[in-house]
Amino acid sequence: MSVTKAPPAHPAEAAVRKPSTRRRLVPYWLLLPGILWLLVFFALPMVYQASTSVQTGSLEKGFEVTWHVRTYWDALTDYYPQFVRSLLYAGTATLLCLLLGYPLAYLIAFKAGRWRNLVLVLVVAPFFTSFLIRTLAWKTILADGGAVVDALNTLHVLDVTAWLGWTENNRILATPMAVVCGLTYNFLPFMILPLYTSLERIDGRLHEAAGDLYATPATTFRKVTLPLSMPGVVSGTLLTFIPASGDYVNAELLGSADTKMVGSVIQTQFLRVLDYPTAAALSFILMAVVLLVVTVYIRRSGTEDLV
Amino acid sequence: MTQQQTEGGDVRLTGISKTYGSFTAVHPLDLTVPQGSFFALLGASGCGKTTTLRMIAGLEEATTGTVSLGGRDITGLPPYKRPVNTVFQSYALFPHLDVSENIAFGLRRRGIRSVSRQVGEMLDLVQLGDFARRKPHQLSGGQQQRVAVARALINHPQVLLLDEPLGALDLKLRRRMQLELKRIQTEVGITFIHVTHDQEEAMTMADTVAVMNGGRVEQLGAPADLYENPRTTFVANFLGTSNLIEGEIVSAGTDVVVAAGGGKLTLPGGRCPSPVRSGGKLLVGIRPEKMSLTHTDDADRIPEGRNRVTGRITDSSFIGVSTQYVVESTAGTALQVYEQNIERDSRFQPGAEVILHWNPGHTFGLDAAQSIDAGAAGADGPEAVA
Repeated sequence: MSVTKAPPAHPAEAAVRKPSTRRRLVPYWLLLPGILWLLVFFALPMVYQASTSVQTGSLEKGFEVTWHVRTYWDALTDYYPQFVRSLLYAGTATLLCLLLGYPLAYLIAFKAGRWRNLVLVLVVAPFFTSFLIRTLAWKTILADGGAVVDALNTLHVLDVTAWLGWTENNRILATPMAVVCGLTYNFLPFMILPLYTSLERIDGRLHEAAGDLYATPATTFRKVTLPLSMPGVVSGTLLTFIPASGDYVNAELLGSADTKMVGSVIQTQFLRVLDYPTAAALSFILMAVVLLVVTVYIRRSGTEDLV
Repeated sequence: MTQQQTEGGDVRLTGISKTYGSFTAVHPLDLTVPQGSFFALLGASGCGKTTTLRMIAGLEEATTGTVSLGGRDITGLPPYKRPVNTVFQSYALFPHLDVSENIAFGLRRRGIRSVSRQVGEMLDLVQLGDFARRKPHQLSGGQQQRVAVARALINHPQVLLLDEPLGALDLKLRRRMQLELKRIQTEVGITFIHVTHDQEEAMTMADTVAVMNGGRVEQLGAPADLYENPRTTFVANFLGTSNLIEGEIVSAGTDVVVAAGGGKLTLPGGRCPSPVRSGGKLLVGIRPEKMSLTHTDDADRIPEGRNRVTGRITDSSFIGVSTQYVVESTAGTALQVYEQNIERDSRFQPGAEVILHWNPGHTFGLDAAQSIDAGAAGADGPEAVA
């Protein structure tokens, strides 16, 4: 450094500059807690799990890094049905959330008037109860001999769903349908809120303008409302699909051995089988798959083009 | 839907009104806008002019009455079935579509596939040829406004409705767009119904102006006619500035003589509200630019036969082409006079004693039973806001 060789020609100027460097550092100081949080609770566990996934050994003898990459291949071949199932259930639940959530979000944004805040509170209200309790409640709702199953049986709806492979033996519990119902219910608010936010931002006069320019209400929705709400659709589907594909509570509580999702497998491997390398490898595969699906999805929906 | 340019495509409003709960936005209204005219609905905010426009567009349902277009009743039609298009105050351009797709929107909705030629022509008409691929947020306010006009005009509506389309623009740009809109209207020959609170805008652009106040049309006519012959104090004060002096009628006839502030003022009987009876009250009106100012020392130079009011200058402001004086007198407080800056009399300073005088023929009379200040605040309000 040449600081000693060339002292500042104008001491006053140096004095003026000093606080500005301090001011420049302020954003970094403000970022520090967040960065530390990510480092300790995200980056470090990732590195740790990555190392675990390439270890071999047993609980008694201890695990050590042997770069046994085959664990990944074995995990994938052993558990690919659970992977496919996870993506299928999560995808179905996401689609159902979108179909249920969009009209509701639209209603709140454009038609609720003074009831808007109340309805929004109602959307969030389930969060005041524990996730587990709510999911267990669905066990009662979908129970054999319960009102829902009886009604659907009487209407022969369960015959149709059984033919589709969603239910079996005239029951809902312990079938794919129960798991998808649970996922849909639990993640619905994560769909509604982003949808609401992006719909609410749409200027109501755009609807009037579209109507004025010969668009029927249906066309107005297709050509104006839907494209403008795409950011909400994308963030809502991501907020639903990503956690739903890794979820295991719904599959555990509402499903059966035949409806296990990859989250359940990871949980079992970690906590019961105590095969840490396989569990870690499964986690990384799931992450890679979700990342891939999400990347393709964002690319294709082209939301970066939206204002 | 096919758009036919029928002869006699007048817009006719019959007994149309709009109430929201207990509030009446528009009182039952009859109005006919002749085909091909540039019609302005002028009034302060909340006078019902926008509601009237929205009822023509179909964006607001009329509580009573009917809207017909070229003899066809369109009251029950939803907006997308009406052969009218609107230029919204906020433009309401579709943010996800570029300029040319915004303009093509209406054509596409009517199933027209090859739109590029028409869009190109429209872009030329509004001089935005180089901006076809831009998104609305990449345009300035004036450019967005022109896109909004093009998007409506491309459909060749029978009527183009303009809802304060220039309100968001700065003064200079607004003046330029006024001329541009007028040019476009002359070029395409479509009926324009223009809603504005800017009296200058209404007078520059429109063939016919309807002055609205409190949900009613106060007066309707050509701009010059409205300006010269206001029938209510609201119109007199809202359109430009008027000096209104209250007086008592001394004699009625071809010329009406009114006693006001210790003097006598004469005005043509034809410019008074009927009936005029001696002993009755009358508001005598005179526009500031029609009055002349003479120092009391030169009183003998004022020609005979002119109306005179003596007073004292309380304020003067120089505004370039003219100087505005405020004169206090026994006949009326705060009389305004605009003197052309040709030969400025250096004696005209606040405190100077002066005589205001004018040709009696330029005087108009108004019914004294109405508020003398109606519309006065609205007259300079919009300018102050802008």
